[in-house]
Amino acid sequence: MFLAKVYVVLKPTVNDPQGLTIKGGLHTLGFGSVKQVRAGKYMEIQIDEADVAIAREKVKAMCQKLLANPVIETYRFDLEALPAPAPAGSGR
Amino acid sequence: MRFGVIVFPGTWSDRDCYHVFEDVLRQPVSYVWHKETDLSRFDCVVLPGGFSYGDYLRPGAIARFSPVMASVERFAAEGKLVIGICNGFQILCEASLLPGVLLTNAHLEYRCQWVNLRVENDFTPFSSMCKRGQVLRIPISHHDGNYFADENTLNELETTGRVVFRYCTSGGEITPDANPNGALHNIAGIVNKRGNVLGMMPHPERACEDILGGEDGRLIFGSAMRVLTK
Repeated sequence: MFLAKVYVVLKPTVNDPQGLTIKGGLHTLGFGSVKQVRAGKYMEIQIDEADVAIAREKVKAMCQKLLANPVIETYRFDLEALPAPAPAGSGR
Repeated sequence: MRFGVIVFPGTWSDRDCYHVFEDVLRQPVSYVWHKETDLSRFDCVVLPGGFSYGDYLRPGAIARFSPVMASVERFAAEGKLVIGICNGFQILCEASLLPGVLLTNAHLEYRCQWVNLRVENDFTPFSSMCKRGQVLRIPISHHDGNYFADENTLNELETTGRVVFRYCTSGGEITPDANPNGALHNIAGIVNKRGNVLGMMPHPERACEDILGGEDGRLIFGSAMRVLTK
C-alpha cells in the first residue's frame, strides 16, 4: 500500500491569474516581499500495490491520462509506503 | 438533419439545444445519455454547455472519458459533424479532438453577456451561411473560456484558416477590450484539421429567436444543415 502525493502545476509559460490575484491579496495584507505566487493542485492518492515500481508506474499513468493536462501543466509526485490494510475478517 | 444532443451529468444547455432543433429548426433530434455508445442514427452531434462532472479537476477532464466519447471520436473520424459549445468545446479539447485548452478567464470572473464575433472563415460546414468579416451577436456564459495553445499550434490554426470566430467590436475590430476572457488572438471558435469538428465558447443555441435577443445562432446550425441538403 502506498500514498502518492501528487502536485500539478501550470507550466511557467502559462499565465496564472489565480496566482496573480493571491499575490495581490498578500500584498494587501502587507506581505510586500512576495514576488510571485503560482497556484496548483495537490492530490493524495492511496494505491493498493505491493511493489513500489508498479505503484510508481500506475501513478505516472494516472498523471499522464487524467490528473494533468500536458498542454498547460506539469506534474510530480512522491510515494510513501503505508501499512498494508488488515485482511478482511481479522481483528474486531 | 438528425441531431443528437449529448447529455453528461451536469450538462445544462441540452434543453436549449433540443428546443432549437425541434421547435425552431424543425429537425429530428434526440438526447443521448453519456453512457450510450450508438450514434449511427445521427448526422450531427452536439456537446452542449454546462458543468459536466462539476468541472472537477479541469472542465471536461472527466467527461472526456465517458463511454459516449469513444463513439464521438469515431463519428468525427467518419467525417460527420460535431459541435462542442462552451463545456462541449472544453470536452473536445480535453479529448484532443481539437487542439489547445480553455483556461480560467483572465479576470477570474464568470461572464454572461452578449458578445460580437467576427466570422474569419466562411468555408467551414458551420459558417457557410455567413460572409467572411460578418459580425454575429451571440451570448457567452462561462468562467473558463480563455483559449490557450502553444505558439506552434496557434500558428497552424491561423495559417490554415481554422480560427472560425473571433471576439470583436460591433464594428468588427479585433481589440483587447472586445475580448471577454483573455483568449489568445481573441479566439472564440475553431475547427479541427478536417473541418468537421467545431468548438466554440459562445452559445448559438441561445441566439436563435428574436424574442431571446437575436437569431444569428441560426446561421451556424443552418450552415451545418446545408451540408446534408447539398
